[in-house]
Amino acid sequence: MGIEEAAPSGFLLTTVEKIAGLSRKGSLWPVTFGLACCAIEMMATGAPRFDISRFGMEVFRASPRQADLMIVAGRVSQKMAPVVRQVYDQMAEPKWVLSMGVCASSGGMFNNYAIVQGVDHIVPVDIYLPGCPPRPEMLINAILELHEQIKNAPLGANRVEMAQAAEAAALAATPTHQQIGLLR
Amino acid sequence: MTENREITPRRPEQGEVVDVRVGMFGVKGSGDTSGFGGLVQPVVMPGASQRPYGEWFDEAVDILVELLDESGTGAANAIEYVVVDRGELTIYVRREHLVEVCRHLRDDQDLRFELSLGVSGVHFPYEAGRELHAVYHLVSVTHSRQLRLEVAVSEEDPHIPSTTDVYPTNDWHERETWDFFGIIFDGHPSLARIAMPDDWPGHPQRKDYPLGGIPVEYKGASIPPPDDRRSYS
Repeated sequence: MGIEEAAPSGFLLTTVEKIAGLSRKGSLWPVTFGLACCAIEMMATGAPRFDISRFGMEVFRASPRQADLMIVAGRVSQKMAPVVRQVYDQMAEPKWVLSMGVCASSGGMFNNYAIVQGVDHIVPVDIYLPGCPPRPEMLINAILELHEQIKNAPLGANRVEMAQAAEAAALAATPTHQQIGLLR
Repeated sequence: MTENREITPRRPEQGEVVDVRVGMFGVKGSGDTSGFGGLVQPVVMPGASQRPYGEWFDEAVDILVELLDESGTGAANAIEYVVVDRGELTIYVRREHLVEVCRHLRDDQDLRFELSLGVSGVHFPYEAGRELHAVYHLVSVTHSRQLRLEVAVSEEDPHIPSTTDVYPTNDWHERETWDFFGIIFDGHPSLARIAMPDDWPGHPQRKDYPLGGIPVEYKGASIPPPDDRRSYS
């Protein structure tokens, strides 16, 4: 049949994409970066009771250069925004951003002059996690969802194709503010 | 409800009316179904207290008066009036002599207010000529006492001498009060904004500063920012 027949026993065959995705999702290192009350839940997630070392993530790196996941845990003030962006810029590719809690996602209850209305104004967000603050279980759920994304992320030409498809879908979608009459 | 405000002049002996609030929920004129339309609430601050103040307050004020008189400043020039309310001592100080008052309070062996808990700002927009207050909470660790200094200045001339020479910890507190209330502390080593970005216009904790915010839109529905809500007429 194929190459499987010719190979000696004890070999498994897969694709580079799958191997890269599996190893990337299995050793995601978050950056030590807490902004407000969500950070308390994030710390609880790192502690033994909830224990994200089960997913190979207990090492919160103190340097963004060694990290590949930024958990934006809390409201981002106008003054903090350039700092958040700098931490993001200092992280090496590939990198992901998890917007934890309603304040980081949309400004939340802080609809005022001082707070950035959603961290997606300053960094690209891969996954949004609602809650005020979200329980550690919710953070773990969001992280597992992100693991799925990372595991199935295509590489090379497939990645370019996927990015183009996502952009086309986003351009074709009806903006939320035009979805009049659908509020329920 | 900024109109129809009639603030009586400040009368320290009877209490200081800093604001009069009328109605509730932002209701104006007819169409008031809340039942609160006729509500009139004067906001009264405690006025000057008469002696004896009680507890250790008389003794501490006496020592301060003596020190100020000895130095040639004169207690009457430095101290506006003294308030004792809810078991707490507040001394209203004229800004010209604030640093000297702080120095006496810190250095005299019977006062020894070694610790300043910081500088707070207050904005009373309807107290004409005294809109901005800076409040200093002082603690004597030696004698286990606390008192409060208050300095009032106008919005047009918001200058207060810096107390960082006496209490170095007031450095960042004065920066914060400058940032949020726009009180200028003369003689401060580096009076820069501390909480807001360096190029921020205005001073956000003043009562007339707009809260800001953006309308939240979701599937065609739009919720205005908090400043524009809660008005029925």
